[in-house]
Order: sequence, then C-alpha cells, then structure tokens
Amino acid sequence: MSILGTRVVRTEDPRLLTQGGVYTDDLRIPELDGAARITFVHSPIAHARITGIDTGAALASPGVVAVLTAADMDEIPAAGGRPTTEPLLAADRVRYVGEAVAIVVTEQGYQGEDAAELVSVDYDPLPAVVDFDDALAGGTLLFDGTDSNVIRTAGEPAPPGTFDGCEVVVQRTFPNQRVAPLPLEGRAAAARWADGRLTLWASTQNAQLARDALAAAVGLDAAAVRVVAPDVGGGFGAKIAVDRDTIIVAWAAKHLGRPVRWVETRNENLLGMVHGRAQRHTITIGGNRDGRILAYHLDIVQDSGAYPRGATFLPGLTQLMASGVYDLAYCGSAFRSVLTNTMPIGAYRGAGRPEATAAIERAVDLFAAEIGMDPAEVRRRNLVAPEAFPYTTASGAVYDTGDYAAALDAVLSGAGYAGLRNEQAQRRALSSQGQGGPVQLGIGLATYVEITAGDGGGETSRVVVDATGAATVYTGSSPHGQGHETAFAMLVTDQLGIPMDKITVIHGDTDQVPIGIGTFGSRSLQLGGTAVHQATLQVKDQAREVAAGMIEASSADLELDTATGTWQVRGDPDTALSWAEVAAEAGPAGLAADVEFRADSPTFPFGAHLAVVEVDTQTGKATLIRHVTVDDAGKVLNPVLAEGQRHGGIAQGAAQALLEEVRYDAEGNPQTSTLADYAAITATELPSFELLAMETPTSVNALGVKGIGEAGTIGATPAVHNAVIDAVAHLGVRHIDMPATPQRIWAAINEAKGSA
Amino acid sequence: MVNGAPVAADVEDRMLLVHFVREAAGLTATNVGCDTTSCGACTVLLDGESVKSCTILAAQADGRQVTTLEGLASPGGELHPMQRAFRAEHGLQCGFCTPGMVMASVSLLQENPHPTEAEVRAGLEGNLCRCTGYHNIVRAVLAAAELGGAGLAGTGLAGTGLAGTGLAGTGEERAS
Amino acid sequence: MIPAPFSYRRADSVAEALDLITEYGDDGKFLAGGHSLLPLMKLRLAMPEVLIDLGPVRELSYIREEDGHIAIGALTRHHDLEHSELLARSVPLLAHAAGQVGDPQVRHRGTIGGSLAHSDPASDLPATVLALDATLVARGPAGSREIPAADFFQGLFETVLEPDELLTEIRVPVPAPDAAGWSFQKFTKRAIDWAIVGVAVQGRAVALVNMAGTPVRAAGVERALAAGAAPAEAAAHAAEGTSPGDDINASPAYREHLARVLVERALVEAQVV
Repeated sequence: MSILGTRVVRTEDPRLLTQGGVYTDDLRIPELDGAARITFVHSPIAHARITGIDTGAALASPGVVAVLTAADMDEIPAAGGRPTTEPLLAADRVRYVGEAVAIVVTEQGYQGEDAAELVSVDYDPLPAVVDFDDALAGGTLLFDGTDSNVIRTAGEPAPPGTFDGCEVVVQRTFPNQRVAPLPLEGRAAAARWADGRLTLWASTQNAQLARDALAAAVGLDAAAVRVVAPDVGGGFGAKIAVDRDTIIVAWAAKHLGRPVRWVETRNENLLGMVHGRAQRHTITIGGNRDGRILAYHLDIVQDSGAYPRGATFLPGLTQLMASGVYDLAYCGSAFRSVLTNTMPIGAYRGAGRPEATAAIERAVDLFAAEIGMDPAEVRRRNLVAPEAFPYTTASGAVYDTGDYAAALDAVLSGAGYAGLRNEQAQRRALSSQGQGGPVQLGIGLATYVEITAGDGGGETSRVVVDATGAATVYTGSSPHGQGHETAFAMLVTDQLGIPMDKITVIHGDTDQVPIGIGTFGSRSLQLGGTAVHQATLQVKDQAREVAAGMIEASSADLELDTATGTWQVRGDPDTALSWAEVAAEAGPAGLAADVEFRADSPTFPFGAHLAVVEVDTQTGKATLIRHVTVDDAGKVLNPVLAEGQRHGGIAQGAAQALLEEVRYDAEGNPQTSTLADYAAITATELPSFELLAMETPTSVNALGVKGIGEAGTIGATPAVHNAVIDAVAHLGVRHIDMPATPQRIWAAINEAKGSA
Repeated sequence: MVNGAPVAADVEDRMLLVHFVREAAGLTATNVGCDTTSCGACTVLLDGESVKSCTILAAQADGRQVTTLEGLASPGGELHPMQRAFRAEHGLQCGFCTPGMVMASVSLLQENPHPTEAEVRAGLEGNLCRCTGYHNIVRAVLAAAELGGAGLAGTGLAGTGLAGTGLAGTGEERAS
Repeated sequence: MIPAPFSYRRADSVAEALDLITEYGDDGKFLAGGHSLLPLMKLRLAMPEVLIDLGPVRELSYIREEDGHIAIGALTRHHDLEHSELLARSVPLLAHAAGQVGDPQVRHRGTIGGSLAHSDPASDLPATVLALDATLVARGPAGSREIPAADFFQGLFETVLEPDELLTEIRVPVPAPDAAGWSFQKFTKRAIDWAIVGVAVQGRAVALVNMAGTPVRAAGVERALAAGAAPAEAAAHAAEGTSPGDDINASPAYREHLARVLVERALVEAQVV
C-alpha cells in the first residue's frame, strides 16, 4: 500500500521539539564569531525632507563601531533610474514612518538601541498623504518628477449599458483592509565577506532569488554570493526573496570587512515588514430576481504604500480571479495603484486572490439580500457547472478541474445548514417578542477558487542514492513550516522503498541548491514535489539498469520490492540487491538525477467555507463558534500537513474579518505598531475547525496535486465576514466594513435602527 | 540553575532573562517574538511556573530554577509527554512559537491536569501562533493530559526538585 | 525593546527597601512583579536610574483573615489571589478579578501592590479594590499610613504614594451578608486585551474600569440603587460623571454605551435588589 495519502507525522519535529529550531538569530557558527550587531535608525515622521544627519553623539556611544548612512553606500551601483525608485537607506527624503535612514553598528546588541537613539536627523516635514482619495487627487506628490501618485492602472469600467438588463443592481464600496503578515519570527540576517564571497544567512522563503537580488543590488556576480536560509519562523509571502534592510546588512558586512548580524524588534516588524491587502473595492453586481447574476464589475484602488512594490502586480491577480466560481455573462474589473505615506504593500498569504474572493462573495450576499433569496441558493444558481472544465474566465484564467456545487453542498450538509437557519429563526422570533437574550446567530458562506503556482516558473530537484543506501533530496523549494521535508521524503520512500529515516532533504542553501525558485504562491508540492518525483523515477530507472547489469539479467525482468527496498529478478529472491549495493556499483557518486520541472499551467484549487458566529447585539461583539470547510486541492499527499495548512489559513482569514487592521492616523503615524495594539488572533477567539475531505485531482502534474497553502485564508475571510452581517441582517444591516469589530457592529445596528 | 545546571555570568543590570538564557546559558530554543509581553514565545518555567522571560530581569531570577524546552526531555533522551503529544498531533509548523507554547502548556497541565478545551484555549491566551491556527496545539495539550504526568512530573525535571510537587500555592502557604 | 541602562539593587525586607528608597530618592523605583513597570521600561517610556527589586521580600506575600477584613500583602501575586481558598470564600470578586489580569504567565509574576501602585485605569484590580472599599497601607521613612481606595488613585500612573513610600498591605472588608452579591464584567475584543470597559460590583458598590483617568465609582448608579431602582433603570446612569477615552478600540460614545450594558449585566448577575 502506498504511503501517499496516509497520515505521517513530521520528520522535522523531533529536532524542533527538543533543541528548538535554529533560526537566523540562533546561529552560533564560527563564521559569525565576533560579528557586530546592526541596529537601524528609522524615520519617525511619515513624509519629510532630510536636511541633515548628525552621527557625532552616536559615534561616541559605548561599543559603536560605525554609523552608516546613504552617503556611505555610494560605492554600490545606483538602482533604477525612475523617479519612484526606492533607496536602500533614505538619502534626502523619507516617505513613511519606519523608513530606514541609518544603521548603527555596535559590538553588542544592547548597545545598538542606546546608540541609535543618539543619531540626530533633521527633518523638514512635508504634508502626509494617507487617505486614498487625497493620494489620488495628487495635491501632494510623493516623488519629484512625477505628475501623479498613481503608479499603475489597468482594466476598464463597465461599458455603458452593461447593467441595463438587470432587474436588480447593487453597488457598494468597502475596504479590504491593510493587515500585517506577522510571522512569529521577524526579519533577521547575518552576513560575512571573506575570500571574495559574500555569505548571507537570512530568514527568507527563496535563497536563490535572494542571492540574485542581493548580487545585483551590491554589484557582485551571483557566483560571489551565497545565501543560506536557516530555519525560518514563518513567512506568509512577506519574506519572499530578500528584504531591503537585509541587503543593507549584507552590504555592511562587505563595507566593514567584518561579520555582522541583525534581528528586528516586533515594533520594527509591524512598521517595516511589508503589509498585505490594502485595497478599496467598489463592486457593482446586477441580476434578476430569480437569482441569476448577469453582470459584475470590480473596481480596485490598491494602496501601494510609499514605494512601488507589490502594488504593481497584486491587483492584477485580483483581476485575474475576479469572477470567482461563478459563470457570469459579464465580468470586468479595473485597478489603480496609488502611493501613500505608509509602509509599502507586498504579498501576504493569498496575495491578491483573497481580495478577489472577498469582493465577489460580499457582492453575492448583497445581491441575495436585495432579492430576498437565501445566499446558498443564489450561489448554487450561478456556479460554473462541473461539466464546464477546463473553464476559461472573462479574465483569461483557465480553471483546470473543479466541482463547486459539490463543495457547497458538502459544507451545507456538514454544518447542518437547515438546522442552523432554524435556530437563527427561533432566536430572532424570541427577540422580536422581547425574550431570549441579545445573542443572535449568523451563518456566512464563501465559495472560492484560487490560482496556485501562478508564477509560471518551475522548480528543481536532485535526488541521490549513495553507497550506504541513503537518499538525499536537494530541492529548490524552501519550507518555513509547511513540512516539505516530510512530504518529499514520502515521495521518495513511496517509489524507492528507502525508509524515511534514511532520507535527507536539503534546501535553502545556494551552494547546495544553486538553481531554484522557492516557496510562495502554494507552488511547492505541485512543482517542487513533482520535480522530486520525476528525479526519483529517473534514479529508479538508473538503478534498474545497474541492477540488471549486476545480476546479468534483462532490466525488464527486474523489480523493486518497496517494502524491503531491494532489487531482484521477478520471482527470484536469491538475486536480491540492496540500494547500497546498487548505488556502490553505479560509481563513486552513487545514483543521481537532476530535474527541473515546469508545469504547462497553474492549478486552481477550490472550496467552500461556512462560518457560524454569535453576535451580542447589545455590545456588538462577534464570536466565531464554528467553521466548516471544504478545501479541494487535488490529491492529498499527507492529510496531516494539508489540514495544518488549512487550519492556519482559516485563523488568519478569520482574523482579518474580525480583528486585525494596520492603522495610520491622518498624519501617517502608525497606531498599531505593537502586539498590544495590533489585534493578532489568539486561541481564545477561535473554535476547533471542521474540515471536510474532497479531492478533485488535476491533470497538470503527475501527482494530481494543486496548492493548499493559501486556500484557508481565501475562503475564511468572506465566510466569517458574511456571517457577522447575517447575524444582524434582521435588524436591517446590509454591510459592515472589515474588521467587524464590536464598535463597528454596534454602530451598524444603531444606524439600521435609526433609518428603520 | 537552568535546566538543572548552574549557570553563572556577570551581566548588565538590565539584561533580560530571555537574553541570559540565549546568550549566557547558550540555550537558543527560547525565542523573542515581541516587545510588549504579548506573544509568549519567550515562555520558560521559573521555579516550575510559566513566565514570560522577556519581562523578567536576569537578576530577578538569581538563585532560582529556570526550565526551558531543552530541559524537558529526560537526561536519557526520553521525550516528555507534551513533546510526544505535540508531534503526534502536528501541533507545530515553523516551530518558532513552539518552545514557549510547550512550556506554557506544561505549566497549564501542572495546575489543571484535566482541562476542558475551553480551559486549554484560555490557558494559552498569552501565546501567539501564526502557523497552526491553534487547532492542533489544543489537541496536543488535551492528548498530553490523557497521557498523564504531563505537568512537571515529566522526566526531564528530576534535577529541579520540582517534579511531582503541586505548586498551586496561595499567599497563606507562601507566608509559612 | 531593551530598557535604558539602570542600576539594580535588591531588598530582602521592607526595612531594607525603605533604606534603599531613602538612599536613592527620586532616582529610585520599586520593582515588584515587573509586569507593569518593565514593559514601560522596555519601550523607554519609563527610565528610572535605580530599580529596587522587592522580589525577595517574602514578608509581604500573604492572605490572612483578620478582624472583619482580609489582609493581603502587597507583593501577593495575582495567581495566588486567583487560587486562594480564603478569598474564594470571603471575597470572591477579588479572586475572580485577579484571574482576569493578563494571562497565566503574567499572573505568575504580577502583584496586587504593583498593579495598584502602577495606577492604570484600564487595569482590573484598581476598580476592584475601589468597589470593595479597600484600605491601602503604605509605609515610608516617617511611618505607616492607611489610605482609602477612594483617595488612592490620582490619574494615569499617579497615586498619592510619596516617592519614598512602599505599599505594604491591602485590607479588604469582608462583605456583609446583604452585600455579598458580586460580579465582574470585562469587555474586550480578545481575552488577552485590557478592558475596553469593565465593571466591578460588590453589593451595591459599582466601580468602572477604563471610563476615566482613574477607576471611578458609578455614583449615579449607586444613588439609583439606594433609591430602589431595578438594575436596568440604575444602569442607565452608568456613564454619569465619567470621561471615557477615544482610541482605536472605542469612541467615548461606545464606551458610555458599554458601561450601561455591562453595569446592568453586573447588577443582574450580582442579584442586586
């Protein structure tokens, strides 16, 4: 029986549970002996010209080795050439609170904070632009030499008359708010320049991409740069490639000729790690009272933050997935990305696709409320039919496989939808008679589809079996919690019969894996895993030939007994050879195969989420009490890992619906820059989740797998959001902006009462 | 004492216990995750009770017993029931919150050996995890409770003089 | 993340603590559990020159029944208050409120004296001792004095304690049988948060968390109760005389609304007649 599809506990865990992981700041290696510590000096003001930097007092502070500014970085090639080019250290202007202005290098870490306070920067304040409409109006431009704060536009408004044939049209504007990725390990880096090579240890999701970006940024050949990702304490997209502050750290090692290390504080992380989402949506949805949706348009304003980073491409992904799981006669979208004096936006778990799902799932519920139809029924009447695959959307996405109705039906049945609606009705009836207490029940749905491995790149793998009979897998994938070591070892053991504890998976070191892309966009199993699988099969084929030669038999008569890991002539156990023997015979390097796998297309996992919330209508507080999901990402290699990814995504998705928001005041001052203020979700606010199984394989790769990593986030946010509104819909509430905090819910109830 | 062994060092008065553990004692499993005593990644046991070591001066722990994740397994390497349960239930992904989460859970069971799910969730309110959604962490703690002896009576704490003691003392008892 | 440099001194007794604070004067600050002071110091919002660690002062950790009141040493930890059988019997409001402070790790370190001396109106215990009409005992070089809770809190991080005074004991009257009803309502977005608004009720005494610069008694509610009003009617007065803050969690109007809702719920739970 194959190990694939069975529950296998992780090979990563014994080490993590006894000694703990070795994250970048944990490294105690000879190469970093005597490393100096780097502390950043950040701008405390959202928008200002820098008129002077006085480092004198800081230089005199105990333990200070150097204080470096942009002026010291003239030795490296200037980047870009565009007016909106982002500097490494700000030279003449700062554009967000938290922007790096200088670094202080000290012998010890504690000294750095003391010295950083003594760096005196003169700022000449400029008006801060934070509000979207102010930014769009362009009264204050963030960059000289530009005529607008809009850095990118795409798409069109709906052509005139698009909604004319609709009996009902609903339009609404609402935020998909800025959130913080908040991995538990923040940004950290250590670097050393020796023998003409720059080595960077960094908390990154992509060692190879980091190497290339770092080499370009500091003017070195890629061969002169090595990047190592030690254990990485979460990424969620915010640690893709190399962080700009990390480049500064690496440069400092070369500039000073001394190893350096840096670890950010949580405050620095909440200010200076990319934020996610930050779109404003205007949805227009039209259809008929029989429940059929005819037309949908999504207009997006994407907050870019102060520099063009993710905002140049993230809303494009939102456009790509705008129509979701629905078969619509018209679906159009448009976006404008606009600069503001805030932290730049980057990828965060879902990266553009949660926004698309949140928008259309809210729109569908608004449409359902307008026509007075059950939101499950409205969805059912508009889903892409199971026979329609592969299905090409208006945006040009080609969905590979899916059965959206089955997913919807499964969660409705699994949650006991009819019973929930009954209970809701009973509580409402009691309430209207002045009985039963203030707590109402809300049921929220989301049906979603998302794109994984959408970057179009491939992934590499090298599989080696050596003369001891052990296997080593080199992969370009770069796990930071996903359990790839276990998953890829399962792929090898399944085909080769080498036991899991004799399989080592190597990743995240450009000297050992020079070519690769890494982990983001839920690509690793389908691309990295398929590469591992193909390399494994090639090793198997090689071994068959070698074994056949050793036994002097025809390779067609050879079989591998995966239960014992031995090669033999079929039916003749006396000929049995071990992997060790075959590998030794193959040569000094054993058996090896290198594969780069590139899929012909991305894949499209899908699912449905149903959230049940209770809302205390007196205080406004919402509590998630149940969350039921189908997340179909094709064949499941290891249910343990897949469930873990779903759980984590659900928690982050629910957090966005109920609690989390990065906020700046009108002057661009951060208001949520500590974990006391930024409402990250804890165990007390969440129930245990109810995950249902569904596997609709894809034919895009031999494993039949799609990506699961971001699905939970994508489905959970709109389901929980819709549930909260549903809980108070009987009071006349049609919408509440995210996050649906107690104050917002209370205000919505009051407003509905007021206009009743 | 850290994990049953004496550690002595001359340190700045302001050195935080978490940095003492990581630097002077060389035990890097315990992590720093925030600066407002919010996340719990730095949780260790101080005289058998869970504390956030980022909000304690090393000097305040002078002469006391500190236990970290590295001290949980028995000297012979036998895993503590909590460690076994976290692995069996997939209660960790990236592992960064895990040392603090495990120590907080050990202390939780020490004080409440048979908690309900709600009590486990409330007991872990001071420990953030970003990867797992807490679902399997809660399962792990409940599983460890089933395994029994998952509080301080686990194998790794024999040297601390705390194994098997009930430490739910009150002010009356402490005064005597 | 790291406090500014300071000197650390350790006191083994109340007498030694007072000697040290006299020696260092305005430069010195007492350190109890450290879970109010150290977080401020780590953000460099507080930068005392000298910390006087009271950790070893075991003589101030006790919960004793005395003449009609419970005497609590100022260095008694929240954890010990929460699990005290004596308090559970005599003043369950205090045991319960102590169990609401922070999280389990914080409660293993934080002390009632530290929390009260810190004087954050958003904390749970200041309003609780106010509702209990507790007496706070302070000792300085000149001797001891007893301070009613109603006079103790002056504002955010401000009490009537002199810089060289040490809070030594909190005396909590045992509620009379006809005032035994109690309730503690703490409204938060997340369980770990400070109260957006909170209510402590003991008998007909009603105190509010985070509705002003100090904990306050809901005088309007108490007057209405004394005049025989039912909970809903009395609770309508909850916001009178308060000055709630405006922050990312709540506007003043929302806080006033919450105060009314929570006072009513507290009065019902306490079965106040």
